[in-house]
Amino acid sequence: ELGQLPALPEHVKIVEVGPRDGLQNERVIVPTDIKIEFINQLSQTGLSVIEVTSFVSSKRVPQVAAGATEISVFGAASESFSKMNINCSIEESMRKFEEVIKSASQMNIPARGYVSCALGCPYEGSIMPQKVTEVSKRLYGMGCYEIALGDTTGVGTPGSMKRMLESVMKEIPPAALAVHCHDTYGQALANILTALQMGINVVDSSVSGLGGCPYAKGASGNVATEDLIYMLHGLGVDTGVNLCKVMEAGDFICKAVNKTTNSKVAQASFNALEY
Amino acid sequence: MASMRRALPRRLVGLASLRAVSTSSMGTFPARVKIVEVGPRDGLQNEKNVVPTPVKIKLIDMLSEAGLPVIEATSFVSPKWVPQMADHTEVLKGIQKFPGINYPVLTPNLKGFEAAVAAGAKEVSVFGAASELFSKKNINCSIEESFQHMGGVLEAARAAGVPVRGYVSCVLGCPYEGKISPAKVAEVAKKLYSMGCYEISLGDTIGVGTPGLMKDMLSAVTREVPVAALAVHCHDTYGQALANTLMALQMGVSVVDASVAGLGGCPYAQGASGNLATEDLVYMLTGLGIHTGVNLQKLLEAGDFICQVLNRKTSSKVAQASCKL
Repeated sequence: ELGQLPALPEHVKIVEVGPRDGLQNERVIVPTDIKIEFINQLSQTGLSVIEVTSFVSSKRVPQVAAGATEISVFGAASESFSKMNINCSIEESMRKFEEVIKSASQMNIPARGYVSCALGCPYEGSIMPQKVTEVSKRLYGMGCYEIALGDTTGVGTPGSMKRMLESVMKEIPPAALAVHCHDTYGQALANILTALQMGINVVDSSVSGLGGCPYAKGASGNVATEDLIYMLHGLGVDTGVNLCKVMEAGDFICKAVNKTTNSKVAQASFNALEY
Repeated sequence: MASMRRALPRRLVGLASLRAVSTSSMGTFPARVKIVEVGPRDGLQNEKNVVPTPVKIKLIDMLSEAGLPVIEATSFVSPKWVPQMADHTEVLKGIQKFPGINYPVLTPNLKGFEAAVAAGAKEVSVFGAASELFSKKNINCSIEESFQHMGGVLEAARAAGVPVRGYVSCVLGCPYEGKISPAKVAEVAKKLYSMGCYEISLGDTIGVGTPGLMKDMLSAVTREVPVAALAVHCHDTYGQALANTLMALQMGVSVVDASVAGLGGCPYAQGASGNLATEDLVYMLTGLGIHTGVNLQKLLEAGDFICQVLNRKTSSKVAQASCKL
C-alpha cells in the first residue's frame, strides 16, 4: 500500500502571481513605487518567475513596448465564463489568441496559456475534464510553452483535480503544465499535492495569498506562496526560493495595502512565542 | 459502528466492511470517514473568551443535528488548570444525547474519570505525548509517569465497560524538542493501544507537519497499531492540515479530528490558527466521494452560531466563501 504512493518531483518551479493576479483582485490602487519595491523584493527571494503582465488585447502586444519578455493569454473551459469575463465565446477567444501568439513569437516572445474554470465555473457549475483538455490542447498547439490550469473559484477537490489532469495529460506532457489553485474553500494545498503526485512541477501562487475572489465577496483567493513553499520544503522538494525573504516581501506589501496576510505560515511565524 | 459503541471496548471497530474507493495511481481512499468533532472541547478550551454553559450546550446540540458521529463534549479536568471547562458536569448532563452519536469526554486521571462516569459519560479520552519535554511542560510528568496515570483510568474504564480513546500529542514536531522521531510516536501509540485504548488519535499539535512527515510517521505507527484503530488530528497553524489529512487518508486512515469553524487557536504561537476546520474537511471528503454522514449546511449554521457568540471570524474557508455568495 505504501509503495503505491507516487514519487514527487525533485524540483518545483513557483510562478509568483502576487503583483498581477494578487493586487488586481485586491481592488486597491497600489502606487507605482510601492509596486516596484514589492517586485524588487520578490526578485531577491529566488523566485524565477514573477508575473507582472496585465491582460492582452486582441491583435496588439502593447507590453512589448514596455519591455515585457513574456506574455500570457487567458482562455476558459466554460462558455459562460468566457462570455462574462472577456465578452466572447471560447472559439472567438482562441482566434484572437492565435494572432497575438503569432505576433509575439515573431518577436521571440514566449506565451503562457491559462485555462480558467478548470475544476468548476461560477455560472455553469461542473466542468467536463474533456472540455479543459480541448481548450488546453488548442492553446498548446498555438505555441504556448506552458498551460496553467486554473481552479478559478477554488471549488475543486483532489478527486476533481485528478480527473481533470488525467484527461489533460493524455494530450499535453506534464512538463508543459502548471496548476493555479485558489484557496476559496481551503482546498488549494491538498489539490496542489494531488497535482504533484501526478507529475506536475509548476505551481502558481501569490505572496501573502493576495487576491480575493471576485465571485464570493469576502472569500479568499490565491494560495499563499509562503504556505506552498513550507509544504514543498517540508516534502524535500527544491524550489530555489528563500522562505524568509518571501515572508519579508509579504509583510511589506500587507503593510503597504493595509491588510492582514492570508498566509498561515506568516501568521504563525510573526507571532511565535519565544520559549 | 453503533454496535461497537454499546459493547465492551473492542479493538476492531467494524471497519472491515469498508470498500476502498480506488483512484488508481494515487492509492485508495476509504469509502467512509468518521469525523471526530473536537470544537466544544479542544476548540473552546483554546479560545480566549470563556463561553457560558447554555451556549456550549446549544453548540453541541447543533453539531448533533449536523450529524457528526462523535462530538467531544468537555473535559473533566480541574478548573484550576482549565477554567473554560469548569462546567463539565452541567454540559454533559445538559446536552441532548442523540442516538448513534458518541459524546466522549477528556479524563486526565482517575478522579476525573469517576466524576465523568457519575455525570453520565459513556466514553472517555486520555492524553499522552511523543515528547518528554512537552509531557513535562503540559501535564507536569514524564511520558512514563503519564502512562501510569492513564493506566488507572484504563483499568477503571475496562471494569465499567467504558471505551477509551488515546491521544498522542506532538507526533510531527514539538514546540520544545523540535523534531520527533516516528519510532517514538510508534512506541507511545503502541503502549496506549496495548493498555486498552480502542482508537489512537495522532496529533500534530503545533501544525508543523507536512505530508512527507505524516507519511513517515504513519509508516512507523502502522507497524505497531492497525490503521483501522488510528485517527489523525491535524492543526492548521502553517496551513498544512488538509494536505496532511489527505496523505493520511491515502495511507488508509479513516478517522479524522476537526473543529467547527476551526475553533481553537495555538497556545504556542499567539494569533496563529489551530485546529482544522470541520467544514473545510467535509468539503474535501464530499468532493472525494467519501461518506461522512454530515450535513454541511447545518454544520455551517453551528459554526456561524458559535462565531457570533465568541465575536470572532470563522477560520473555515468554506464558511467564509459560503455566506457571501
